[in-house]
Parts: sequence; C-alpha cells; structure tokens
Amino acid sequence: MTDKDWEPKIVCFACRWCSYAGADMAGTSRIQYPANARVIRVNCSGRVDPQFILRALKLKADGVLIAGCHFGDCHYISGNYQTSRRVALLKEYLKEIGLEPERLRLEWISAAEGHKFADTMKSFVNEIKLLGPNPLANGGPE
Amino acid sequence: MSTEQPKIGVFICHCGSNIAGVIDIPKLVEYAATLPHVIVAEDYRYMCSDPGQDLIKERAREKGLNRVVVAACSPTLHEPTFRRVLENVGLNPFFFDMSNIREHCSWVHTHEEEAALEKAKDLVKMAVARAAELEPLEQKEVDVKANVLVVGAGISGIQAALDIADAGYKVYLVEKEASIGGHMAQLDKTFPTLDCSSCILTPKMSLVGQHPNIELLTYSEVREVEGFVGNFKVKVEKKPKYVIEDKCTACADCLEVCPVNVPDEFNSGLGWRKAIYIPFAQAVPNAYVLDTDHCLGMTPIACGKCKDACEAEAINYEMKPEILELDIGAIIVATGFELFDAMKQLEYGYGKYPDVMTNLEMERMLSAAGPTEGKILRPSTMKKPKHVAYIQCVGSRNERYNAYCSRVCCMAALKQARQIREKYPDIQVTIFYIDMRAFGKGYEEFYETTAREHGVTFVRGRVSEVRGSFDSDKIVVRAEDTFLAQPVEAEADIVVLSCGIEAPKGLPDLARVLGLQRSADGFLLEAHPKLRPVETNTDGIFIAGAAQGPKDIPDSVAQAKGAAASALGMVVAGHVKVQPYAAVVNEDLCAGCGICEASCPYDAVKVVDDRAQVTEAQCKGCGTCAAACPNQAIAPQHFTMEQIIAQLDALFQEAK
Repeated sequence: MTDKDWEPKIVCFACRWCSYAGADMAGTSRIQYPANARVIRVNCSGRVDPQFILRALKLKADGVLIAGCHFGDCHYISGNYQTSRRVALLKEYLKEIGLEPERLRLEWISAAEGHKFADTMKSFVNEIKLLGPNPLANGGPE
Repeated sequence: MSTEQPKIGVFICHCGSNIAGVIDIPKLVEYAATLPHVIVAEDYRYMCSDPGQDLIKERAREKGLNRVVVAACSPTLHEPTFRRVLENVGLNPFFFDMSNIREHCSWVHTHEEEAALEKAKDLVKMAVARAAELEPLEQKEVDVKANVLVVGAGISGIQAALDIADAGYKVYLVEKEASIGGHMAQLDKTFPTLDCSSCILTPKMSLVGQHPNIELLTYSEVREVEGFVGNFKVKVEKKPKYVIEDKCTACADCLEVCPVNVPDEFNSGLGWRKAIYIPFAQAVPNAYVLDTDHCLGMTPIACGKCKDACEAEAINYEMKPEILELDIGAIIVATGFELFDAMKQLEYGYGKYPDVMTNLEMERMLSAAGPTEGKILRPSTMKKPKHVAYIQCVGSRNERYNAYCSRVCCMAALKQARQIREKYPDIQVTIFYIDMRAFGKGYEEFYETTAREHGVTFVRGRVSEVRGSFDSDKIVVRAEDTFLAQPVEAEADIVVLSCGIEAPKGLPDLARVLGLQRSADGFLLEAHPKLRPVETNTDGIFIAGAAQGPKDIPDSVAQAKGAAASALGMVVAGHVKVQPYAAVVNEDLCAGCGICEASCPYDAVKVVDDRAQVTEAQCKGCGTCAAACPNQAIAPQHFTMEQIIAQLDALFQEAK
C-alpha cells in the first residue's frame, strides 16, 4: 500500500439527539465531505465506553471521533460532561501507550450543525492523513 | 440472549434516485448476501412504501427471517415504520436495524461513487453484525396524565389551550407577562382581510379567562421539567404581582396616585404607564400588577400610595414568589417571537433620529387604542407627515443578523401602507424592498390592490443608509433602485423599519429546561421539517406558532391546532408506548462499587445490598453508567456492549 492510495478509516460515535441528527442535517443539506468515517449511533456520547475506543484503535482504526451535544444541551442532562472527562483522561493514556492522542477527537455538534459535522469530518481526515496510518498496522509503536 | 440462530434479511432501498443514483445497488445487494447469517438480500425502489413493506413481510414469512436490516434513509425517519412491519409479521420489533446509506452516504458523497459504495458496504455489514446480537424487548406502556401544559399565551398558545379545554381536558396555560394575548394584542388590523386584531383575539382571550378547564398562570415561568412522556413533573414559578387578582376591580384608583412614569411596553415605548399598571384595557386577567423594578418602594416610608388608595384592599406588598408543582401529560411550547432590535443595524439610524421607528411602533400609532389614537404623527414635530418610507428586511435576509426571511414583514408593511393611504390619501408611502413576498392565501391579491389602487410606491433595492437631511428636518433614505440600476435618494418624514422576527432571548434557557433542540436560526427544532412539524424529538412535547420559526397568524393558528390535536391524541388514549432502553444489571458481575450510581444523571441507579439496582421508570437509557462501570455489569438495552463491539469488529474485519 503506497501512501498515495491510503485512506484513513475512522469510527465516529454519535449521540442520536444532536450529532447523529447533525450528520443527517449535513445529508439533507447535501454538504459533501470525505467518505472515511462510519458512524455508530448511541443514545448519548456518555455511552461511549473507553473500551470501545481502545478496541477500535486496537483494530487499527486510524481515528476515533466522538460527537455529542454541546454543554448544557445534553438530552440526558450531563452525559456529555462525563464524556469530556473520559476523553481527556484517555488522551493521556494514549500518549502513555505510544499512540498519538490526536487520533481521538471529541466534538460538540448540534442537530442544526450539518456544516460543523462536515467540517469536522474534513479537518479530522486531513489531520489523520498527516499522522499517517495507525502505528499498530505496522506492527505496533516503537 | 436468544438461542435461535439469526436468520437475517437485508433490504436495500433505492429511494428513487436518491440512493441508487450514487450507490451501485446490485453490487451492494450482492455483497450483503455474502454477510454472515444473511439468508436473503434484496432491493426495491421505495422500501418504505406499501409494496416495499410487503416485500419484507413476504420474505420474512417465506424464509423464516428472525432479524431484518433495512439500508435506506436515517432511522430517525423510518425506524418506526419498519419496526411496525416486523410487528405485523409477528417478529419482535427490536430485531431490526437500519443502515443510513442516504443522509450519511449517497447525499454527502454524491461525486465519489466508489467511496460511497465502500462506505455503504461497511454500514450494511455493521448493521448485520449488530442485528445478530439484538435481543427481543418489550415496549412498556405508561399512563398519560389527563392534562396539558401550554407555555406561552399568544394566539398560538391561546388556540391550543382552547382546543384542548373544549375537548374536556385540563390545561395549565403559563404566560410570563401579566396578560395573555402576546404580539397579536398589539396589532391594529390583520392582513389580508383588514379585520381588527382585537375583535378576533379578545373574545378568545376572554374565553380562556372563563374556561372551567383552563388554569391560567400569568406572570409565571416554567423553571424545571423532569420525568418523561405522559408523566412530566413541572415546576412553575408564579412571580408576585403584589395585587390580588380576585380582589382587583381594575378601577384605576392606584394609577392616579402612582408617582412613577415608565415607557409603556405594550405601546412599544411610545407612551407611558405607571409602576402599577394593567398592560392594556382588554387584558386577561383584568387586574393590575406592580412592577417592582420601577416602584419607589413598597413601604409607607418610600411611597405606599397605591395601597392607601385601593379601596378593594387588593394590594399586598407581602406577596412572595410561589412555586407550583404540576404533574403533566403533554406539553405544548408556544413561546412566540421577539422583534429584531433595530439599534443593531446602525446605518438605519434607529435611536439616533426620532422619526425612524419600527413596524411595531407604527402599528401602535395606527391603533385607535394606541398612544396617538390612530393619528399618524412625526415623533419629532407631532405633526402629520407628508411622506412615509418603509425599509424592508431589517435584520432579516442579511448574513450579519439573520439569514432567514421573517415572512410577515412584507405583508405587514403592505397592510400599514394601505391603512395610512386609506386614512390620509395625501400622505405618500414608499416601500423599499428586496423581494415582496406575498405567499399566503389572498396575499398576492392584497399586494396587487395595494400597488394599483392605493397608490403605494415600490422601489426595489436594499437601503444602504438613513441620515438626516443637510438642509431640512427630513430624513434621507439612500438606496440603489435595482430596476433602474442607479442610486436613488428619497426624503421622508417618517422612516419605518420592517424589523424581522427573532427567537425570544429566553428561548435557549427554556429549550434546555425542556430538553429541546434549536435549529441554526435559533427557533425550536421540529422532529421532521415536513412530516412531523408540531412534534419535537422529545416525546410528549409539541411546538406551535413562532416558537418554531417566523409565522403569520393563520399559520400559527393552524400549527397550534395541530399541536393541540397531537397532544390530545396522547392524552385521550391515556397511555403511550415508551422505548425499553432502560439499563439492566448483571448481578453476577456487579461488585456494588457505586460508580454507576454516581454517574447517573437521573438518580435511577442505587446500590442496594452490594448490588446496583435500576429504577426502570426513572432510567432513560443514556448508558452513561455502562461506560463508567469497570466490570461491564450494567448496560442499557438495545445499546449493549456486545452490540456495539459487534459493529466495531465487523467494520475492521479485513484489517485484522
């Protein structure tokens, strides 16, 4: 596989109330963005178990995006605050095990923000392209 | 876990050309057929249509399917449709999953057919993997309290409240102002019929005030909403009016002694009111209210004159805010709009030139009950103007403020222009516009008549500047006449700014309290722009009127009636189905550490005898506890660890 052909594979966990609906909004508005991510719908970003993220990275996902409601807008009051804390800790952990913490990204995208969903996809794909493939794909970090 | 082997049917929708125009359907079907547990994979032009649904039913019966995956649009749109299909063939409706290959694929990767096909394959593969892990769930029915809370008592809230109350159900109508009526009460006449606004509104207000099924809570605001569809627990704060409604006879004795003058909000600041006042003569409830922001002080030392003057002994300075706790079945939000603040658009000189006014101020001036008793006067000279110029789209259709069209200002300007010309044929009226939008029933005809028979002048061009004349007391309006393609200047005595409609400043807070989303324009977001315009994404909460977006009176009333019918549908049935997503504890794994208890936003999990216990009615299935549990001993149903891991593993199968 040459670098030119390589397209990052990204998993996106999106909460059904805000970000999944935001992705739907990007669709109904026909806003084009790169086709690298696959969305997994969860009720709340707070459902995203750190194990899901680690498993995705272990399975050689090049990036994991978690998208939830803006602070104060969470359909479940405070789920997104907990997500925010978990992601911050997990980024530290990723550093420890030799993975770039930038491979994990957290964004708040409301049901109205189709543009933001598309922009996030574009910028995340670009960022991952700069980082290159998941180091585990070549036998793990040094 | 069900012991039966999964037999999965995959049904792929073309959605006309919406999906099939981008994604190679035969290839996707061929691929789907190779996936584990897939017994049948087929496509159809419109899977959601009757023949499409029949196809799923037939195959399910023929092949003995026990799981169904539909690859089509967003589950937000058609998950309920296909779950019903499963129910119809005797399958548990939760043995269903959907791949979103339209909103998340064909519509957003329109020009990358190959990448779109690869993504669609992955999405189908993930859904199939998840489907194999699905478990049958029982939808619970919950009772619905036999009443409705209506928030906001403008024309939309009033109409919704009356419809529900007339059907025999209890309504709590909450209004933050001292009187119901909203903006419609401020209007003089309504387009396109020119019937008097008060004459059609005030009888309805009076009905609301007297209706045995309506409990009117004015000067009140919703503070907290908990619970779920059919069983909301709502806290409403009743602010103190310092006047006992039942005792006040609206005799106005207090007015005469009150020494404070305050700009009158009802007259858009064109007149004065006292610190103790009634918003307008036809107010419901017809009682006074004491505005403590402007009152000198409610003690005999500071003032206390109103209390002395009140023979009915209706004034009570000791009143305190009251919190009412209501058990509510359904909620209708009809919180209306606010006018765009003309001060923001500096180039139009509002606040700088007294003769520049808003459309609502002109409306009050046109009203026989208004501050000038219907006379049109230049505020600077108090004399009759010779030329009135209207500027359209103030704060609307403008990227600097609001990109959307406010929908009512064109017709409002036409209506006012016509009223001015009918009253004073010698006053010249010019309307500067971008497009005249006369979209409703009878509106275009009204526009035509106003232009042809009433001698109103129209100039097409956005006004760039409003300034004082250098050599007279007139105001100069500068614009480009885009028909002539040249700049024009007009001297006017009064400039009316057709200010647009905005979401009220308090709406973000209320949306949070209710758990509702707002669209990019700031108004409340409906569940679907076409098919579910009065529902929100929160079951049991409906929206009506300008709370959802700019609307004129007929549209507001229509939506209010729709919201009332939807709310009634639930309340009359007396019960409603709720999603069975509550968390379940695996007692063998639970160590009783209590992390789940600490993480639950709803206090739905408690550790009892060293094991976590979920109160099902309180749990909303967010899954925050599951992500926090170090032992994976707790998980929300339909979003279990196995189901999510199955999707991940399927996605990266080849990479392994």
